[in-house]
Amino acid sequence: MMTKSAQRLTLFLLLAPAILWLGLLIVLPHVEILVLSFSERVAPRVYAFGFGNYLEFFTEPLYWRTFARTAGMSILVTALTLVLAFPIALYIARVAQGRLKAMLLLLCLLPFWVSELVRTLGWMMILRETGVLSYVLQATGLTAERVEFLYNDGAVILGLVYGGLLFMIVPLANALESLEPAVVEAGFDLGGSRWTVLRRIVIPHAMPGIVAGSIIVFMLTVGNFATPVLLGGKNGLWFTEQIYAQFITRFNWPQGAAFGMLLLLLSSAIVWLGLRLTGQSLGTTLKQA
Amino acid sequence: MNRPSFAWKLYIAAFYLFLFAPLLIVAIFAFNASPFPSPPWRGFTLEWFTGSGSVFGKPGILMDPIWLDSIGNSFKVAVPVALLAVLIGTVNAWVLERAEFPGKTVLAMMMLWPLVIPGVVLGISILAFFSRVANGLEDWLQTDLDMLRPGLPLVVLGQLSFILTIATLIIAARLRKFDRSLEEAAFDLGASRARVLRTVTLPFLSPALIGAGLVALLMSFENFNTTLMLVGSDAPLPITMYGQMREGATPAINAVSLLLMLGVGGIASVFALTSKAGR
Repeated sequence: MMTKSAQRLTLFLLLAPAILWLGLLIVLPHVEILVLSFSERVAPRVYAFGFGNYLEFFTEPLYWRTFARTAGMSILVTALTLVLAFPIALYIARVAQGRLKAMLLLLCLLPFWVSELVRTLGWMMILRETGVLSYVLQATGLTAERVEFLYNDGAVILGLVYGGLLFMIVPLANALESLEPAVVEAGFDLGGSRWTVLRRIVIPHAMPGIVAGSIIVFMLTVGNFATPVLLGGKNGLWFTEQIYAQFITRFNWPQGAAFGMLLLLLSSAIVWLGLRLTGQSLGTTLKQA
Repeated sequence: MNRPSFAWKLYIAAFYLFLFAPLLIVAIFAFNASPFPSPPWRGFTLEWFTGSGSVFGKPGILMDPIWLDSIGNSFKVAVPVALLAVLIGTVNAWVLERAEFPGKTVLAMMMLWPLVIPGVVLGISILAFFSRVANGLEDWLQTDLDMLRPGLPLVVLGQLSFILTIATLIIAARLRKFDRSLEEAAFDLGASRARVLRTVTLPFLSPALIGAGLVALLMSFENFNTTLMLVGSDAPLPITMYGQMREGATPAINAVSLLLMLGVGGIASVFALTSKAGR
């Protein structure tokens, strides 16, 4: 039998990697950007405490408009992804059987194992002026000249929805899986139309999946960088791009840190709100996915 | 609801077409004999893989030091990330499933945090924190600490910050299914603690260890957001691809994407096989 102090030592050694990881790579770095975001340059190489970086955010329209646009478009993308993914998840969970079911789910997973940049490259090649879509339209005589489909909000939304689909389908299908067929039958037997059964039985049952999927898709969308920048070009205007510009291009780290804190706040607020409104916990939500 | 309407089936078919269209386009145009990655189709070529550059002015990816170096850099990051993720993830899983101590639920919650932090924010926070540490240590020790400046070692740390969560979850899920009486039987038969670990527990965990390693490898190879903030002069593959996509690339980028897809397909099938064997 081990003595008490030996047990303590073992526990400490087992805990050490986790504490080093969370302390050095998560907690302290976030304390650092929090402190940095409240520091202002008062003279060359001299910094003092102040709210200047946050004031700058509210007074410069480019910054807060980009922030609001990122939040708004992310909500739109999440809603679109949910609507597009629902029939697919319902089909996979309720209609498809055996081998077809496994295959449909696997086919859904495959594109998402591939790098985000490869998927975005595919959309760029389809949408751009010299791309596949424009070429097909010209070849079939539908348009006389080249058409540019890239570098607008539609392209950004398309790319972001595409990137979010899997993270919506999997939790939705998991939630719908446990729906008793008898309950659905009862709904029809009691005279409910397809629409009523969907609205009153299927959607309430899928709620945990809807919440989990929506939270994950929103988080991924808000934090995305490559898709809005590459598909939107100069019109992409995503908030992560502002963080990058302050940190890497302008080397204004305090301003960038303030933007980072704001993005973190937005992302956490929506996650918290989603969980609160539906009474779910973070652990079970992540498990759904 | 068991008789899907025709419209529903049509929607499913259209959806899968939509899902695979961009990947197919990328793959097909890797073989187009044209200096631009766009239609029309000008004939089949392997020039973008193995060409020396005499035909289109730019070499194929297997002859181009830019692409070869970035693939090499990606491996220099992904291999340490995967090894450390499995090693530390196993210890973490042990803490979550076997140890009892005050504050365990808090620690378990904190381990999930990295998944809800945007990758860009993880990147800048680690960049800022390690720069401060480096500045402090350099003043004190009077030496240069390039390890903590933007570059591949910092990319490894940045990626580990969230990949560790994934590795921990995968390994902990497997450990939870372990039947403790197997270990007890081995102890009763006189085996030492180290021997039980080596001959009973680790073999049971091995599918999860391989799975976690492969997922970590893949996530590291494909990570863009966090890496972008921490990268120095040596660019891993996604950073090089991003640069080329902004400037307007040759079909070489399609060739490198196709190799990436084949690699992912390979890893995914190994993963599917090991997880099936583990069930």
